[in-house]
Amino acid sequence: MAFFHALQINENVCEGCSHCMRVCPTEAIRVRDGKAHINENRCVDCGNCFTACPHKAIFVKQDDFDEIFKFPCRVALVPAVFLGQFKDDITVSRIYAILNEIGFQHVIETEISTPLYTEKKNEMERSNNNKPLISSFCPAIVRLIQVKFPGLVDNIMPIKAPLDITAMFIRRKLVKEGWPEDQIGVFYVTPCAAKIAAVKSPVGEEKSSVDGVINMDSLYNRVYKKIKEQGHDYKEVKLPIAQLTSDSILTSLTNGERRLSISEHSLSIDGMDNCMEFLEKVENDEVEGVDFLELRACDQSCPGGILTYNNRFLTCERLFNRARYVAGKERRGELTRAKEVEDEHDYLYENISVEEVEPRSISLDPDISKALEKMNKIKEIERMLPQIDCGICGAPSCDALAEDIVCNGCKLSDCIFVQRNMEARKDMKVEESLKIMENIWGYEKIEKFR
Amino acid sequence: MHLEYTVIEGDFVNAGSASSSIKKTLKQLNVNPSIVKRVVVALYEAEVNAIAHAYGGVVTADIDAGKILLRVIDKGPGIPDIEWAMQEGHSTASPEVRNMGFGAGMGLPNIKKNVDRLNVQSTVGVGTTVEMEVNLS
Ligand SMILES: Nc1ncnc2c1ncn2[C@@H]1O[C@H](COP(=O)(O)OP(=O)(O)OP(=O)(O)O)[C@@H](O)[C@H]1O
Ligand code: SF4
Ligand code: SF4
Ligand SMILES: [Mg+2]
Repeated sequence: MAFFHALQINENVCEGCSHCMRVCPTEAIRVRDGKAHINENRCVDCGNCFTACPHKAIFVKQDDFDEIFKFPCRVALVPAVFLGQFKDDITVSRIYAILNEIGFQHVIETEISTPLYTEKKNEMERSNNNKPLISSFCPAIVRLIQVKFPGLVDNIMPIKAPLDITAMFIRRKLVKEGWPEDQIGVFYVTPCAAKIAAVKSPVGEEKSSVDGVINMDSLYNRVYKKIKEQGHDYKEVKLPIAQLTSDSILTSLTNGERRLSISEHSLSIDGMDNCMEFLEKVENDEVEGVDFLELRACDQSCPGGILTYNNRFLTCERLFNRARYVAGKERRGELTRAKEVEDEHDYLYENISVEEVEPRSISLDPDISKALEKMNKIKEIERMLPQIDCGICGAPSCDALAEDIVCNGCKLSDCIFVQRNMEARKDMKVEESLKIMENIWGYEKIEKFR
Repeated sequence: MHLEYTVIEGDFVNAGSASSSIKKTLKQLNVNPSIVKRVVVALYEAEVNAIAHAYGGVVTADIDAGKILLRVIDKGPGIPDIEWAMQEGHSTASPEVRNMGFGAGMGLPNIKKNVDRLNVQSTVGVGTTVEMEVNLS
């Protein structure tokens, strides 16, 4: 099965410097012919490589903006983090007005359906007996579990993320207003690559209710340009739908789900490495008594998404301030409740579940005898390699090279230590070893020294 | 395939390193996650026992297409009454060990629950060998 990945390498820009290869949590990247290559079966779209690349050679593929005009009725599905990208003096209604102007007749905040999501989550927490229940909010984490922790897929709560629930809601609303289903285009403004993958190849679902994705950084540029052009001469629109609750504003921040958890013991963890460390423990049954786990791939969760523009700590601060302001209104009973969403409660609730998540195994061979045979060879080769993980073979670790030798046609002589030994024993000419280096690191890098 | 690990007396911090490594191997072999889990749980308990009640020991694993055979071998004080030790809640754990959260007397029963075949051989003053076998398909 092919998995859609939004993270792609621009070969024209890639220097083959291997920074990305060294930070990939699933060892999905290799350098060959002087360029980085991503193994699609292993990639979980976390974006670590994107952040590590010093040459901006990794990009996040997005739909062409003009795609939106294929649909007569266009909706922008905007997460709170997007509004958190702008300074406080730029009002929400002004940003809405600009989004209208650039082509979206409807703008809706992703988190408007969070109360429903939380209700379902709490219901699952209450009835769950496969502890801990793991949130499905962050798609990079769902994919990480599928690939690296297949034993924990049953712990993932099989429900849609707020973005999908909101997409379902707005579709339903517009259909009721008379729009034919196929004329409505719902576009999600994404902070990360993982959400794109989730929209393009959803887990546990046939098809997403979202028609396309717009990268947050590119939309930021468009909107910011308008703000500059407008100067002091701008209009604001009346917000079409009730405002988010303070709880909803905070959902995509670290602790956003955990703080509403009804369980006695729940944790929130952010950052890929932190999440992996903890999942390892959960998989080994070393963690007792944890009921609910909120795991997010990015530092500070979605404010730290790779497609955000603003500093993640500043975005968090803005969202906190917004939530505090709204909380004041809530206390005074001034907040307009999202009645339109509440009216669709039963319909949305009925369609909130997805199928159980399946593992996406990266085993050596589907046949266990063959896998064992390969494993034996791999272990044998691992013992021959120096185990210092220098990466000069174009693989992230000695063990990864051992596996590549057995499964992907690499050679023992790809290891620089093996080459030097062979040269010393006169089993290999210097020219031959240079040729090997050239195959891995590219002609240009080797040519310099010839 | 044959794998071997050393378990060190009193080193609770690293208890589970053999089971963790074997887990990784079984995952690469595409063994059903629920079977992997049973292996990990059983081996972890046996490892902890070698650390807590004996003076450390050796873990060996032999894997073929049909099954995994695990042995946890120690040269510890031995178990005088295996049948007694096998029962839930039966434990001789010291207060120190209990303070670390072990010693509920649930280890051996838990092993029994999770493996397909269990054989505990023990001679007082000589040592204990816990042999566990789990079918892989
Ligand atoms: N390797 C061993 N060497 C000596 N004695 C052992 C060994 N393994 C188990 N025992 C004895 O058997 C008893 C029961 O073991 P079991 O693992 O069931 O419980 P426990 O280790 O005491 O507590 P828990 O495993 O719940 O933390 C132990 O208290 C100990 O007296
Ligand atoms: S980090 Fe990776 S993608 Fe970026 S230039 Fe280096 S090798 Fe190429
Ligand atoms: S934490 Fe948020 S921004 Fe980061 S990968 Fe997960 S969903 Fe995307
Ligand atoms: Mg025990």
